[in-house]
Amino acid sequence: MGEPLAISLFSGTDDKLNAAAVLVAGAAALGRPVHVFLQYWALDAFRRERIDADRGLAPEAGAEGEAAVRRLRSLGGASWSETLRSAKEIGEVDIQACSLSMDLLDITEADLDPLVDGVEGVTAFWSTAEVGQVLFI
Amino acid sequence: MTTETIHRVDARGLACPMPIVKTAQAIATMSSGELLEVLATDPGSTKDFVAWSRTTGHALVEQDEEGGVFRFLLRRK
Repeated sequence: MGEPLAISLFSGTDDKLNAAAVLVAGAAALGRPVHVFLQYWALDAFRRERIDADRGLAPEAGAEGEAAVRRLRSLGGASWSETLRSAKEIGEVDIQACSLSMDLLDITEADLDPLVDGVEGVTAFWSTAEVGQVLFI
Repeated sequence: MTTETIHRVDARGLACPMPIVKTAQAIATMSSGELLEVLATDPGSTKDFVAWSRTTGHALVEQDEEGGVFRFLLRRK
């Protein structure tokens, strides 16, 4: 069992969600337990009804970046949600929604995709993140 | 002469991290000592498979590259 990894996932654009999903899948493949805490715009992206929606790219992507991502999609690259589902199949990946962000966005657990395992507060997040590394994306 | 069964994963055309993800999925269904051959075109896969083998303990028995296709032969621990 590798060193645990905790990720505070805040960003809700497709590029950052995809980068996070790739990091999660890579860690899971190496046997590292991964704990993902969904905050703000990342949590919004996990709404069951809109998980496959086009969420755009970070401003730094620019027009060239958008063209590059469109090309990757047309080649049949996995979406960030598919990558996360695969990560959960091969490893220990726990995805929790931040309760404050649930209130902020007026989201209930029933609104969330089954990828999300539950809801927790920041204390629960830090409690499990006491060992291992923490990333903010 | 004995012929060993070789499991196969074709990850050609798949971007990182899917070659490793598919490999982890396949190896989980195999028995200890069995072989798995993986084909991939992701340019990062050479370093990824070496690292994955080192960390998980599944031996990387052979690796080569021909015409942009990387081939990895792994033995389940």
